[in-house]
Amino acid sequence: MMDALGAILLIPAISAALLALLPGYKLTAKLNVLAALATFLTSLSLFVIEPTSGQYLLLDDLNKVFIVLTTFVSFTTSVFSASYIHHEIETGRLTPAFLRFYHAMYQMLMFAMNLALIANNIGLMWVAVEVATLTTVLMVGIYRTHEALEAAWKYFILGSVGIALALFGTILVYMAARPVVGEGMDGMVWTVLVKHAAQFDPALLNVAFVFLLLGYGTKVGLAPLHAWLPDAHAEGPTPISAVLSGLLLNVALYALLRFKMMLAVNSAAITPAPLMVTMGLISVVFAALMLYRRRDIKRMFAYSSIEHMGIIVFAFGMGGPLANFAGLLHMTMHSLTKSAIFFAVGHIAQVKGTQKIAEIGGLTATSPALGWGLMLGVIAIVGLPPLGIFMSEFLVVSSTFARAPWLTVILVLGIIIALGGLFLRIGPVMFGEPRGKTAPAEASYVPMFTHLGLVLMAGIYLPPVLVTGFQNVAKLLG
Amino acid sequence: MSSLQFDIAHLLAGSLVLASFMMLYQDRLYALLNVYALHAGVLALSVAWQAYVQQAPHLYVTALIALVFKAIIIPVALHRIIRRLGIHREIENVIGVGLTMMAGIGLVALSMVVMLRVTPGADALAREDLAFALSVVLLGLLIMVTRRNAVSQVVGFMSLENGLVLAATGAKGMPLVVEISVAFSVLIAFIVIGIFLFRIRERFDSVDVQALDRFRGERR
Repeated sequence: MMDALGAILLIPAISAALLALLPGYKLTAKLNVLAALATFLTSLSLFVIEPTSGQYLLLDDLNKVFIVLTTFVSFTTSVFSASYIHHEIETGRLTPAFLRFYHAMYQMLMFAMNLALIANNIGLMWVAVEVATLTTVLMVGIYRTHEALEAAWKYFILGSVGIALALFGTILVYMAARPVVGEGMDGMVWTVLVKHAAQFDPALLNVAFVFLLLGYGTKVGLAPLHAWLPDAHAEGPTPISAVLSGLLLNVALYALLRFKMMLAVNSAAITPAPLMVTMGLISVVFAALMLYRRRDIKRMFAYSSIEHMGIIVFAFGMGGPLANFAGLLHMTMHSLTKSAIFFAVGHIAQVKGTQKIAEIGGLTATSPALGWGLMLGVIAIVGLPPLGIFMSEFLVVSSTFARAPWLTVILVLGIIIALGGLFLRIGPVMFGEPRGKTAPAEASYVPMFTHLGLVLMAGIYLPPVLVTGFQNVAKLLG
Repeated sequence: MSSLQFDIAHLLAGSLVLASFMMLYQDRLYALLNVYALHAGVLALSVAWQAYVQQAPHLYVTALIALVFKAIIIPVALHRIIRRLGIHREIENVIGVGLTMMAGIGLVALSMVVMLRVTPGADALAREDLAFALSVVLLGLLIMVTRRNAVSQVVGFMSLENGLVLAATGAKGMPLVVEISVAFSVLIAFIVIGIFLFRIRERFDSVDVQALDRFRGERR
């Protein structure tokens, strides 16, 4: 079974083993980029030759979008990571021994995320999410400072609890399926489950979904369950912050969407909409308010991620072709923009030697490329035209306005509060008195400006191929 | 299934909940580890009995993993870590024992009400198992919440995983993939935790999570 789906898993798995063995961080950084590029190209081939889905692996329009996005951002992040770690080695924050471990874990994370996305078995999907969590825990703690260890510990404990709840939900789904599809493997195969979900016991499915929402929702970073997220983003290496925000949150969301699709088939079960809409709105408003008192620049953008995941979950919760389309678009735009922002922030923190907002100032004067890059990213992330996020947020708002005007008011309020908070904090960083060190930046600008360019393009002109593709997926999501 | 078989399965699953309660009031780390070993032992018995009743030989593997790995190796290893690192052996509770026990009783009642109500269609044994399993999971969470000490939080997490294994075996015919993966994840989790404990020790001379809390929140 060596088709493209297998290759997407094998390339990262083999590279992980290889990178763990090879010495010399310059070589391994290049190999890391190469492996990520190979995975990305393989994922593109899925559009040309469609591999058949089996009992373990699955490919449909929905996960195709997620896979391509994931492999693309992993590739660009690996390019950024190469120049980032070069600086970390020079300043002595990381040693070559740690880097060997770092690169192996990076590929391991790619493997786990890809597996979670193409798994057709809900047990397998759960295992993949667990592996992804454990690898990121190790990466977050890699600097071994007080803060990094606390962040990793918190992430580990909350993440494991979330994942335990998700497993309980998975078991309940199997229990619900057993009387209908029979014992054994079939009871965990997603395609089989969806086909028969109409006959499942609705009460059991409801309870299962609550556990799944709490479990995977912890990993998405939804508001009452988000406590791990800001710490993990702020204290880990910046490439990992980019991957966490841009990809891992999406993977958890993807798991949730799969179960939502299953519930939608059963008419007697609860509709997940009110739960998802409520949690989404709470996340948006809560995170927006939290933006005002942030002192750490990475932590601030972590709260912004919570806000955007809230918007995305809200959109998928509302459902319907238009809202789903908007949610998908917003997810894509957020992944690209937020990782671009973290690329900029990573280099800025290296130039200035600090992540404290108060000690960074006048960036547009001292390092113009980084400063304006970040500024463009912030303009995109708060949702100003003409960038892509403006369009997706506009779609989310307009599609809900017809159906639930009051919810729109809360959502828009949250978005505006977040806009104010981000601009208030980022203004002095950009245009204020130059503060902090002004060493010339040895940055790789290509990944950052590629992402921002794509976001700008999407805001002005969406290619029809993309539109029809997203529309198909939106229909699939119901 | 004869009623004797049912009763024994019921008894074992119930004992697991009881062992979880015993963990709630331990105030010494060694004693807590011993109770955890007992917890894992009861789990192994319960899984083995399920294997016999369901005539599912692969469940014996799960039982064996629970017995060897969870009931023997992990407690022994944690004993050694505690001794080597000279960790404080008293457990600090966030709230009093009485309140914790009351909360525990409440959680068990909650899981009974929830699980028994939603599974009228399933067979009696699976229902009881699920209800007990949820109780164990929730009690594990309670242990994690009410303890300040990193080792006892880890023990709470492991007892929570035991509850999941009970649920997985109670769901008749659930594929082996999951059981292996659960065992596997416990293994990884343990390694991760081990590394963490060492690192925490290296930095703080304490495995008390409160020492970490100084750094909570924003950098100042």
